[in-house]
Amino acid sequence: MEESRRILDLSVQAGELLLQNGAEIFRVHETMTRIASSFGAKNFHAYVLSNAIFASIGEENGSYGAELRNIPLSPVHLGRVAAVNSLSRAVAEGRYSLDEAFLQLEEIRALPEYSSLLQTLASGIVSATFCYLFGGGLMDSIAALFTGLILYGFLLPAKKSRLSKIVCNILGSMVVSLCALCFTHLGLGSQMDKIIIGAIMPMAPGVPLTTSIRDFFNGDYLSGTIRLIDALLIAACIAIGVGCVLKIGSLIAGVQL
Amino acid sequence: MISILLQLAAVYVCTIAVAILFHMPKEQFLFCGLAGMAAWMGYLLALRLSLSVVLASFISALLLTAISRIFAVTRRTPIIIFLVSGIFPLVPGAGIYYTAYYFIMGDNALALGKGVETIKIAVAIALGIVLMLSLPYSLFRGFGKRENPEKTPKL
Repeated sequence: MEESRRILDLSVQAGELLLQNGAEIFRVHETMTRIASSFGAKNFHAYVLSNAIFASIGEENGSYGAELRNIPLSPVHLGRVAAVNSLSRAVAEGRYSLDEAFLQLEEIRALPEYSSLLQTLASGIVSATFCYLFGGGLMDSIAALFTGLILYGFLLPAKKSRLSKIVCNILGSMVVSLCALCFTHLGLGSQMDKIIIGAIMPMAPGVPLTTSIRDFFNGDYLSGTIRLIDALLIAACIAIGVGCVLKIGSLIAGVQL
Repeated sequence: MISILLQLAAVYVCTIAVAILFHMPKEQFLFCGLAGMAAWMGYLLALRLSLSVVLASFISALLLTAISRIFAVTRRTPIIIFLVSGIFPLVPGAGIYYTAYYFIMGDNALALGKGVETIKIAVAIALGIVLMLSLPYSLFRGFGKRENPEKTPKL
């Protein structure tokens, strides 16, 4: 009785960790079932959606244990997904006891994010290289680099302040367009469109798009739809933010787009 | 030629930066970069053959997924890590921008055209990924050295 409850708990915690950090439904479901079955659980069933996990396990005396988790869409940390994945391999090979697996899970949960400085730097590099790839010149790329730095300088505290994701993305793309406008006016870079395209890329919905495709492919249409909406919403937010600033810029005399 | 080499170098650096943004494990950075490079190479090649942007996106998605599946098996890591980092150069960010731009400028016909093209590109990427994912797993298993095929999770 005690044992099967703990197996259920372990498997649900692993699933929760995967789902929170951006894994596909199929992987969450498979990992949960794999962990449960390798500890010898019978009658384990799980139902996973992109924001919830339902799981139940049969016990020796014929009763059932069940757990339910609500998991809001949250920031992606693919390092944790990879770590849970290798934990599930190790468990399947019988290398961990139940207690050890719980400890491992705690360790994975505590995996740090990359430092804010490194993330900001990465955002600048993403912006600059994309600007170059989409046909920007050297000066444009430098402008995009600074724009990307400023973008994450804004986004990181904004995300911490629990601002809604929609507002975050709209404000973020407004910051980007505003910076691009200023830079081109000050003479750093000449192609404003290329700078903006480069610098909105750190916000582009690459992860929800990919997971959505994977979910649809595996037949998880409901979760695929939720993530597709997430991706479309992000794209729309970016467009709205850019659009607002460009419109205001074109209304103010002297600003040429 | 030099411009192509420069672009590939840029894609490589860019993909690794994307990997940092999504907190991917350090050990996979170099391979994430390779996946991104493969995708962009396919894209450039297709454009050189004067194919449309949509078709080029489809081909590069195919290439990206193939190389991601190989890496997933050899590196024993979820495929999503390579797919996400490699998909970024293909995501139609330019399409989003120009749609918004023409919309704001009041040029509805161009805005609609750009919007439809953006959606077409997204669908092409999705199709490319799905097509390559649906190839049987046994084609890719040969790349990995695995002791116990039944017990190891599918990637």
